Amino acid sequence: MSAILPPSERLWWKQPIAGQEWAWIGIAFVWAMIMFVMMVYWHINGKQNLSNEVYKTTTEMFQAKTDAFVKENTIRTETEQNIPVVKPNAKGEAFLLARLWAWYPILELEAGKTYKIHLSSVDYNHGFSLQPTNINIQVIPGYEHVVKMTPTKAGTYAIVCNEYCGIGHHTMLGRIYVK
Amino acid sequence: MATTYRTCPRTGLQFDLDADKLMRWNAVAGVLWLLVGGITALLVILTRWPAIKLLPADQFYLILTAHGIDMLILWIIYFEMAVLYFASSTLLRCRIATPWLGWVQFWLMAVGGIMTNVAIFQGESSVMFTSYVPMQAAPHFYLGIILFAVGALIGCGVFFGTLVVAKRDKTYTGSIPLVTFGAMTAAIIAVFTILSGAAILIPTFLWSVGLIKEVDPQLYRMIWWALGHSSQQINVAAHVSIWYLIAAVVFGAKPLSEKVSRFAFLLYILFLQLASAHHLLSDPGMSAEWKVLNTSYFMYFAVLASMIHGFTVPGAVEAAQRKKGYTNGLFEWLRKAPWGNPVFSGMFISLVGFGFLGGISGVVLGTEQINMLMHNTFYVPGHFHTTVVVGTTLAFMSITYLLVPTLFRREMMFPKLCQIQPYLYGISMSVLGLVMMGAGTLGVSRRHWDMAFSGAPFQYEWPGAAYLMMGLTGIFGVIAVIGGGLWIFVVVWSLLFGKKLDGGPTSDKPTPIPDQSAAASASHSGSEEHVGVPGTVVLAMTLLVCFVLYYFVNWKYLSEVWGLS
Repeated sequence: MSAILPPSERLWWKQPIAGQEWAWIGIAFVWAMIMFVMMVYWHINGKQNLSNEVYKTTTEMFQAKTDAFVKENTIRTETEQNIPVVKPNAKGEAFLLARLWAWYPILELEAGKTYKIHLSSVDYNHGFSLQPTNINIQVIPGYEHVVKMTPTKAGTYAIVCNEYCGIGHHTMLGRIYVK
Repeated sequence: MATTYRTCPRTGLQFDLDADKLMRWNAVAGVLWLLVGGITALLVILTRWPAIKLLPADQFYLILTAHGIDMLILWIIYFEMAVLYFASSTLLRCRIATPWLGWVQFWLMAVGGIMTNVAIFQGESSVMFTSYVPMQAAPHFYLGIILFAVGALIGCGVFFGTLVVAKRDKTYTGSIPLVTFGAMTAAIIAVFTILSGAAILIPTFLWSVGLIKEVDPQLYRMIWWALGHSSQQINVAAHVSIWYLIAAVVFGAKPLSEKVSRFAFLLYILFLQLASAHHLLSDPGMSAEWKVLNTSYFMYFAVLASMIHGFTVPGAVEAAQRKKGYTNGLFEWLRKAPWGNPVFSGMFISLVGFGFLGGISGVVLGTEQINMLMHNTFYVPGHFHTTVVVGTTLAFMSITYLLVPTLFRREMMFPKLCQIQPYLYGISMSVLGLVMMGAGTLGVSRRHWDMAFSGAPFQYEWPGAAYLMMGLTGIFGVIAVIGGGLWIFVVVWSLLFGKKLDGGPTSDKPTPIPDQSAAASASHSGSEEHVGVPGTVVLAMTLLVCFVLYYFVNWKYLSEVWGLS
């Protein structure tokens, strides 16, 4: 007679299911399908989808590419550490490197323009967390993730590292300017 | 090989004394780890509370690692071992298979748990619960988890062996009880989980001692989560079984439909473990198609299963109450429920909290694109404190109020404190989860020592609301720690000083479960079986409305961030 005893009906799988239960199962199933369709729909009509463009890389290779990008496109340096501020060229290719404990370099972007931002790490896992707009992407060493981003509003944005990366994790703050 | 059985005079449950001892030792070990986890919880909360910020950064990350391991693995899996032995040997009224292997399980888990904790507290293994490579912990950090997992695997083996013993000795007729079926679901998922864990932690251990050059960080994340998330699915299967168990014991409730409930457990086995993909939705290494497939077909079938249990558990309670005559209006059955009995109140808060908070937030978080709003933010621990803590831990606490008299043969002391404990703990933990999710929605990071970013080359000021949410996290976190501490106190005190109760008559032969079909056919006709459950329908529809609204609100948020493609 209860859930801690064997079913009282030996052929329990032949017992009918009550209408209210069927209805709930049906509703829950339809809802699950709607949620599935929403993700596909957003890939077709939504404007926020995470890029599929990824390349295997090495820390040396990614470091070299980032250095070349910084060398070519730096417009000024900021802070006591002379962190370069880099404005991507007309093609909009940009590199953003995560390392212990910095985002390198500072990027200067224009609102409404689309950029291809190459993201990778040269040591541990890091977390790209763009604030205050709140976009969060995992950054993994050995994987170069090319994310197309279109800034919507001018302002100064912070990149918080939100994947734990050791004792200096909380100092790992980067910056993106949008003009 | 003499096996002795005793029959509890209060509940009629029959215990094989070997299994009895194993259950008691495993449950007590679980409680001890919960104590360690609770102390670390307090330190974590007092550090993340911006106004207090108790610990320095290195100690904070060390303590947070210990909190994750001790709570998510050691406390819960120890208690689950007791649940497995109970659901097999006690509910099927048979001897436990190979009790000596049960002790191998216990001691391997003890050695492993202590070894990993030693590694953490030595300070060289502050790598978090997830221990993502290439950040490296000391070798004995990984080795301890591996030993613990082997122990748990042996425990599952003892459970399956006991099912075979019961079948062979014919201690029951027909099919196994639903609760045992649910526990079997948990054990099957556990085997998958532990094998995944072995597949990733053994190479990682070899890497930590220098025998393997490299473990791919993306591959690690994928396989590790087949361990990390699936182990939470063991918990879901286990605590849903406990909900059914409590409904059965407190109300004599019968599942609305054995077929539906068992089918829902089957869905867990088929799909739940694959849901680990939703930890990788914002990762570079997997394609969008892979993410959509794994989160929808696989995860949503598991979600469907939880939605079914979320209907059938309160439905079973409602049906039982209505049969007793509480038929007025939609909710008399619920109003007249024994709210002063912590076994029931804890179970019901666990059910509602898991469904409304944990379930909804989990599905929203696990939506491919929406994940980018919340990945690695404080939303994530907010979500899993409402699933694993309000859901699993609170369910385990509730069942303990039942187990202390029947299994430990002690009367619960401080009945008034027992009465308020589930409310204090369940409600504060639910609010804690909510405000954590609130902070996460505003972008606040998880596993982060300093919201002020002191020492960074730039400044970023979180919105004032984020500080408010973190302050509330601190307040409700402390209340939750008090609620959890209260449970440990009343349980441990009752075990040590509670009035000893009669263990009941012993015998060297098990008494088989009487044939249910004979008893059933004599006692009722088919027509009185189907009682409508309109109150449960209203509760379920309320859940659905909250779910739909919250889901689409998040798409709206997403549409407002930068364009991404």
